[in-house]
Parts: sequence; C-alpha cells; structure tokens
Amino acid sequence: MMPDLPDVPMLPLIFALLMGVSILAYVVLDGYDLGVGMLMPAADALEQNRMVNSIGPFWDANETWLVLGVGILLVAFPASHGVILQALYLPVAAMLAGLMLRGVAFEFRMKAEGWHRELWNWLFWFGSFLASFAQGVMLGRYITGFEPGFGYWLFALMVGAALCGGYVLLGATWLIARSEGALQQKSFAWARWGLLWVALGVALVSLGTPMVSATVFHKWFSMPQLPFLMLLPAASLALGLWLWFLTGRNAIDPSREWRPFFGTVAIFVLAFAGLAYSIYPWVVIDRIGIWEAAHPTALKVMLWGTAIVLPFIVAYNVLAYWIFRGKAKENLYD
Amino acid sequence: MDGSDALLLARTQFGLNIAFHILFPSLTIGLAWLLFYFRVQYARTADAAWLATFRLWTKVFALSFAMGVVSGITMSFQFGTNWPGFMGTVGNVAGPLLAYEVLTAFFLEATFLGVMLFGMNRVPPWLHVTATFLVAFGTSLSAFWILALNSWMQTPAGHTIVGGVLIADDWLAVIFNPSFPYRMTHMMLASFLTASFVLAGLSAWRLLKAGADAVALRTLRTGVVLAAVLAPLQAFVGDQHGLNTLEHQPAKIAAMEALWHTEKGMPLVLFAIPNEKERRNDYSIEIPKLGSLVLKHDFDAEVKGLDAFEDHPPVAPVFFAFRVMVGVGVLMIFVSWMSLFLLRRGTLPRGWLWLLSGCTFSGWIATLSGWLVTEIGRQPWLVTGILRTADANGTVDAAQLGASLTVYVIVYGLMFTAYMVVLTHLAGKGADR
Repeated sequence: MMPDLPDVPMLPLIFALLMGVSILAYVVLDGYDLGVGMLMPAADALEQNRMVNSIGPFWDANETWLVLGVGILLVAFPASHGVILQALYLPVAAMLAGLMLRGVAFEFRMKAEGWHRELWNWLFWFGSFLASFAQGVMLGRYITGFEPGFGYWLFALMVGAALCGGYVLLGATWLIARSEGALQQKSFAWARWGLLWVALGVALVSLGTPMVSATVFHKWFSMPQLPFLMLLPAASLALGLWLWFLTGRNAIDPSREWRPFFGTVAIFVLAFAGLAYSIYPWVVIDRIGIWEAAHPTALKVMLWGTAIVLPFIVAYNVLAYWIFRGKAKENLYD
Repeated sequence: MDGSDALLLARTQFGLNIAFHILFPSLTIGLAWLLFYFRVQYARTADAAWLATFRLWTKVFALSFAMGVVSGITMSFQFGTNWPGFMGTVGNVAGPLLAYEVLTAFFLEATFLGVMLFGMNRVPPWLHVTATFLVAFGTSLSAFWILALNSWMQTPAGHTIVGGVLIADDWLAVIFNPSFPYRMTHMMLASFLTASFVLAGLSAWRLLKAGADAVALRTLRTGVVLAAVLAPLQAFVGDQHGLNTLEHQPAKIAAMEALWHTEKGMPLVLFAIPNEKERRNDYSIEIPKLGSLVLKHDFDAEVKGLDAFEDHPPVAPVFFAFRVMVGVGVLMIFVSWMSLFLLRRGTLPRGWLWLLSGCTFSGWIATLSGWLVTEIGRQPWLVTGILRTADANGTVDAAQLGASLTVYVIVYGLMFTAYMVVLTHLAGKGADR
C-alpha cells in the first residue's frame, strides 16, 4: 500500500521538472566529454589531441548544467538540498576534486611540454574517471535513501562503475561522429566495450532499485501499470541491440554517423525516465517530498527568469555546436 | 565529535575555497574587458601586433577562467554541504539571486568563451568581436548578482520574516540594498586594478627576459595608464564605501580602527597590536583626532567604539587586513604614477621593471585583504542581524570535513603551482608575431 501523500502544487512540480531536465542535460552533455576523458589512455598522442579538441569548446558550458541542476535543488528545494549534499558529502568532494583536475588540465596540457604534458594528460584521465565514478556512487547512495551498511555501499560502488561504462559509451559514440580514420575505428571498438559494461550496469540498477526500496517496488510491480512500464526496459534493450549492430561493422555512412550517439542518448533518457518515475513525488525517497519547496515568492521570481532566459541559453548553445561542427582537427584553432 | 571543531573546519574549508576562488574572478572580470579592447583594436587597425596581444592575453584569461570555474562549481556545492542553515533561513532571498547568476551569466560566458577561444577562424569577425564582448559582459553580470547577494548579507533590506524564514517582498530593494552600489563599484575597480597590474607586471617580466619587445611595451603602458587613473579613484570610492559601512555596520568600522571605546575626537591608529583580552591596543602609534576627521569629516565628532556593541567581530584580523589593503592601495598609486613619469622617456629602467614585475599580483593581496575585512568584519553574523554563522553550520562531522579539506588543500596547491609556472612561462615567451 502506498501511503497517502499530499497533492503536489504546480510551482514545485515545474521546478522538479526543470531540475530533472537540467540534470539529464548535464549527464548527457558532460557525460560524453567525461567519457572522452576516460578513453584518453587508449589513444596515441596525436589522437589524444583530436579527442580533447572535439570537446574543448563545449566542456565549460556542459558543466554549467550541473551548476543549474544543483542550483535549482538548492534554491527550489532547500530542505532536500541540505539533506542530500550532507549525506553525499564525501562522493561530492571526490567529484569536485575530479572536475577541478580535469577542468584545468584542458588548459595545462595544451601549454605544457615534456613530462609536464604527460602528467596533465594523466590527471585529465584521472579527473574524468574520478568525477564519473563519484557521480555514479552519488546516484547509488541517493537511490538507496543513503542507508548505511556494507551492502548498500557495495551497490553504490557498482552503480559508480556502471555510470563510468555509460559515459564511455557516450564518449565513444561522440567520437564516432566527430572523428575519422583510425580514431573512428578505435571508437567503434570502445563503444562496444562501453555497451557491454552499461548493459551490466543498467540491469544491476534496474534489479537493485526495487529491491532496496519498497516504495519503488510497489510503483513498478503492481497491476495494472506493470505491462506498460515494461515498455521502458524493453525499449532500452531494443536500443542496446541496435547499437551493438551499428557498432559491429567498423564503418558507417557519413550521413548516419550521429546515430550511435543519439541511440545512446535515448538509452540515457529512458533510464532517467524510469528513475524519475521511481522517485516521484519524492525528492529524498520516503522522506522529503516535492511539496516541501521554497516559498512561492522565490519560485515565481525564478520561474520568470527561467522562462525568459532558458530559450536564449538553448539558442546560443545550439549556435556553439553549429559553429564547431565537423570532424575534430589536431590543431585547435582551425 | 565536538561541534566547535566541525564549525571551525567548515569555516576553514569554505574560507579557503572562496579565498582561492576570488583570486581568479578578480583578475578575469577586468581582463575580459581588456581583451575586448585588444580585439576591437585589431578589428579597427588590422595590425598583427594587436592580434598577437589578443592571442597571448586570451591564453592568460582562459587559464584563469578555468581556475575560477572549477573552484566556483565547488562553492555551489559547499553552500549546501557546509552551510545548510543558510539556505534554510534566507534561501528564499539568496536562492533566486544565485539562480539568476547561473541563468544570465554562467551559460553566457561559458558558451561564448568557447567561441572566443577557438572560433576565430570559424566565425565572421563581427561575431568574434561580439563573442568577446559577451564574455566580458557575462563576467561582469556574474559579479553583479554575487555582489548583490554579498551586499544583502551585509546590509539586508527588502524582506519580511514569516515564521523564522525570510521572504523577499521587494526585489529591487533586495538587490539595490544600502551597501550594494558602493561594494559593486569598489569590487569592479579592484578587478580592473588587479588586471592592470597583472598586465603591466607580466609585460615587464617579458621586457626583462627579451630586452626589447614593442608589443610588451605597449601592454605595459596600457596597464600603467589604467592603474594610474583607477588607483586614486579607488581610494576615493573606498572612502565612500567606508562611510557607508559606518552608517550601516558601525561595529565593523570600530574593529577596522581598533577603537575599543566610544570617543570624541578619535585618533587615527597607524599601527597597534589589538589586545582582545584587555580590550585595548598595545604599542599603538596614532595621530590625534584624525580618525574622526576621516570618518565624520569633523575633528571632534564622536565615533562609536566596540564597547557600544553587544556583538562585534574579532578585532585583530580586521584591523590588520584593513591596513594591508590600504597599504597596498597606496603602493599601487605610487608605483603606477611613478611608472607613468618614468615612461615619458619611452622605456623603463631595468630596476623599475623588476619592481613592476614584483607588483604583478598586488591586486590579489589588496582584494583578499579587503575581502577579509568585509567578511570577518560581519561576524558573528552570516546575515547581519538575522542569522549567526554558528547557526548555519551543518551536521557533517569533523572527520569528513578534515579529510576533504586535506584533499582540497592538495588539489589547490597543485593547481596554483601549475598556474604560476604556466603564467610565468607564457609571459616570458611573450606574444608570437
């Protein structure tokens, strides 16, 4: 039985939606550039330059979605923000250390020479990995309602590993579209590894989530919604098989080279939708609901700002992607 | 774990992070407008030397900007991890200001930074000039929102309190609170001064390395001229800001001047060691009545001392930080004017180039000490009269705080060392022609 929950008012609902969209945008956008970062050791020096150049103009704007997501959590759901970020204190600190190292490594590796450059390449990889892994751990801890105990932490660590796989898949499919020649060939193989890894992870999280939370279990495994809900995993599976097929031939028609990337994005969207369905209407599962939001005066003034500014943000982000379209070069300034 | 340990660690960690962070925006806000100036000069004259100047300083900017971005992201998380009581009490006011910063400024500067750095051969010149402008505009807009919030925490206005929680009822009064215009002007000037000394100082370093370099000499001149105009202006604005503080936060002024007792005809303390235990100054050197003249523009006016306030900030750090800030400010006026005087021969003697290089980061010292004055000067309050710092502290224990603090110190140490090495290297190489 589900307990009776209060109705969710309109304004908090809108902000929950906006927060979801920001976090999803962050996961997909920074996900591909973190994934490219994690693939660095598998490439040679010239390929590494092209890989970094393919994400150089975008990474900063991509990370801003994280600031917006956590900003909405902070501003619209202050009670949950305190609970979540304090419970996730250590993985958050690890993620921030990772993001810092890789963020400055973009600049330092370009300007450094000799072993300095090697050091920053290595830190770029390490930072990307640390941030990705920590984000997965945060997700794992969040889903389990921050329960203490070895089993729950083990689950969180496995989610951490799975998210790394997901980001590697995003990064590899991004490189399929943004590179050519030997690097593109390698990217096909990387994508397949990422896909296997992510399949394992998604299965694990899908099975684990209902098991660790009775609330989530009830939402999924009860009639009459069960057959409809099963469409989500079914669609993910179909997309996964399609990706496996697309990446198996080591060659792709230039008009179709974005398909693997967008297929991967679709899997992320489905997984995210499943997660959102599991959690709604909670912000912290079984503890703090969406209705425990900031005061309407604060929400209204932010809604105005968002409604006016967000279309511009999307527009100039699209402009940036259009300006820097095409295959990545070895020289950043061409 | 003892709660006061956790409070001290939370403050140390946040203080370290924000002090590290403020270095980079305080350079990039001003530097972004200098880049715009270089870019416009190149568009106007098509002189390759301007392009080389733009390229070199874009690199310095990108490096500094990245340092600011990553330490800024950290701050957005530390609001929640270290100070949950802050958002719980004043979130309805502070939250939207932060949200507007992200929405209007962060995306703008982040996106167009990419175009400015990498897009010169991909977009038409007008769009590249516009992108450079938007980066500068974005960084200043970001400063606008964050200073609105900081000023509101110093001198809150435009809100009502309902059931222990604050609600904004007049957003214009919140943003344009009493100390905002002064703080905004003071900080923008500080940023331009920081940037102009970095420009002049690193150009001087290049001249020391290369002997002669027309491009470096021109940027040195730009930095010196800008500093010579802005440094005296900053002294005037700082004085006005001080009078504003006297009106709204008199306890902070009393701490800055180490004035323990309310006095008529207050002296100006040049140097002393504030003795918190005995509530008096040791070894003090003072000029009679000058303090009243500076603060009240009257030799015999009464100025409230620390004894007039139930709560007041710790005296010694505020007192010393204020003297460091003013001292560096005076040094900046002297160095910029003297440089201008020496430059009338077209070049600077080697010794003076060394001095200018030594002053490269004088803006950082002044900004950091000014920031210490204003932030420590607000204590024990986080939001003046509304929320005490101790009441905003979270429940994260000292062990976790200590562990993450260690990680931050290592990461910041590494980043800062690398930043300095690369900056010196870039400046030494100069602009490629």
